[in-house]
Amino acid sequence: MMIVGGDIVRFDNVGLRYGTGSEVLSDLSFTLHAGRFYFLTGASGAGKTSLLKLLYLAQRPSRGAIRMFGGDVVTLPRTRLPTFRRRLGVVFQDFRLVGHLSAFDNVALPLRLSGVSEAELRQPVADMLEWVGLGTRCDARPATLSGGEQQRVAIARAVIARPELLVADVPTGNVDPEMALKLLRLSEALKRLGTTVVVATHDVHLLRKVPDSLIMRLDHGRLADPTGALRYPPRRQPAAMGT
Amino acid sequence: MREAIASLRSAGSAQLLPATRLGGPMPWVIAIMVALTVLAMGGALALANFAAHTRAGLEGVLTVQIVEPDPVKRNAQVSRAAAALSAASGVAEVREVPEAELRGLVEPWLGAAATSDVVTLPALIDVRLEGAADAATLARLRGELAPVAPAARIDPQSAWLGPVFDTIRALRWLAVTLILLLTAASAAAVWLAAGNALDTNRETIEIVHHLGGNDAQIAGIFQRSVLIDAAIGGIAGLAFGAATLALLGTRFAALQSGMVESGSLSAVDWLVIALVPVAMTVVAVFTARRTVMARLGRML
Repeated sequence: MMIVGGDIVRFDNVGLRYGTGSEVLSDLSFTLHAGRFYFLTGASGAGKTSLLKLLYLAQRPSRGAIRMFGGDVVTLPRTRLPTFRRRLGVVFQDFRLVGHLSAFDNVALPLRLSGVSEAELRQPVADMLEWVGLGTRCDARPATLSGGEQQRVAIARAVIARPELLVADVPTGNVDPEMALKLLRLSEALKRLGTTVVVATHDVHLLRKVPDSLIMRLDHGRLADPTGALRYPPRRQPAAMGT
Repeated sequence: MREAIASLRSAGSAQLLPATRLGGPMPWVIAIMVALTVLAMGGALALANFAAHTRAGLEGVLTVQIVEPDPVKRNAQVSRAAAALSAASGVAEVREVPEAELRGLVEPWLGAAATSDVVTLPALIDVRLEGAADAATLARLRGELAPVAPAARIDPQSAWLGPVFDTIRALRWLAVTLILLLTAASAAAVWLAAGNALDTNRETIEIVHHLGGNDAQIAGIFQRSVLIDAAIGGIAGLAFGAATLALLGTRFAALQSGMVESGSLSAVDWLVIALVPVAMTVVAVFTARRTVMARLGRML
């Protein structure tokens, strides 16, 4: 069920450390609203990937509380994690395609895991691959695809199941400018359908191409709030950061 | 055949994991285990049949010995004992063993002396009871014979074969232990293979987890793979084991010994043997599921 307008993610004083090391994320408190587009920026090592891992439930925080889709995901039993993960779409930094599966099967994976029948998934998957420009490479294995093509498969896989929260880690780094714009248009389309989009990127030019996007900037594991997006009610993005 | 197996492997699993990595030597391991288990099971069943058949044949049979050196007194006691036994309740048949037959029986051991009067042999009376030769029946018959044939000694034939039955019982337990050990070894092999397959496919499993796959779906993939491997190995192992048992059966049958034939396998026995690969497959699938679920439980 799509949540429109409400809080889709809420972090309260969240901290994350790996093992006995120092905290890579500290005192994160913010709210992501349904149907909004967020850019996550920050220098290398600022903690963007760690924050995304918390968002796509690959990691539990060391402290603090995280609520997602109305549920507490910190204390959530791991047996219930799949239910939450099926409401997410993730574009991994390293794409993480399944090497022995074709492009078609990689994109179809989230639908198959959700129990969609082969007959029902065939057309949407083919359409999605067509849309990302890989209609003729359906049977290609990831190893035979270029980096950009692999990323397009990863993007198609992330959005095929119409996620409520799309998390993308530097999704435009390896794609050509035309594809980058296409991806942003897709993200905007998803946003209009109520999907919350979080894109981690270094590309400052991208930030200007999405109107009404909000910026979350990480600095040494702490969150800056240049647009006021993280306060409630969120402050309107300054014009300079928009189109 | 290969295509059919491939489609089975992929059924419902969308080929999430490469089948070749899961299979490996597992069918061969299962085949060897099943073949050995079939042989052990066949041996155990044959021994059980032999023991049961022999025990049934001897259960109500007694031998009465008249140990009396004086032939006149011996013959008189034999006649009186035979008459008393014939009149006793619960006795189905009484037969005095002719002295010539007796000497013929011992001739292989005693040589020509057995057929002369140099060696004095006890007289024997074979008695078949209507029921089993239990302790109460033996005590009653001894009581009835004592006044008329004081030199009579009654021995149930099953008592002579007691050590043989004990040995058979020990062999059967050995076979059962062997079957249990083979089952445990098969489970251990599946545990190792499933663990290795999980490690090999860890990255794919993590992706499947992140895309919303649950443990049961991942375990299902391993179960299907192990099911197919175990089924293929089980059929091969059963074929080899059953063929070996059948060959041994024909070799023993060629001995034309009634005792050996009593250990032959019945149709029910063959059915039990045919269930060995089924049981092994169940153990393998169950072990794979437990292994995978336990290991996945340690992942987020």
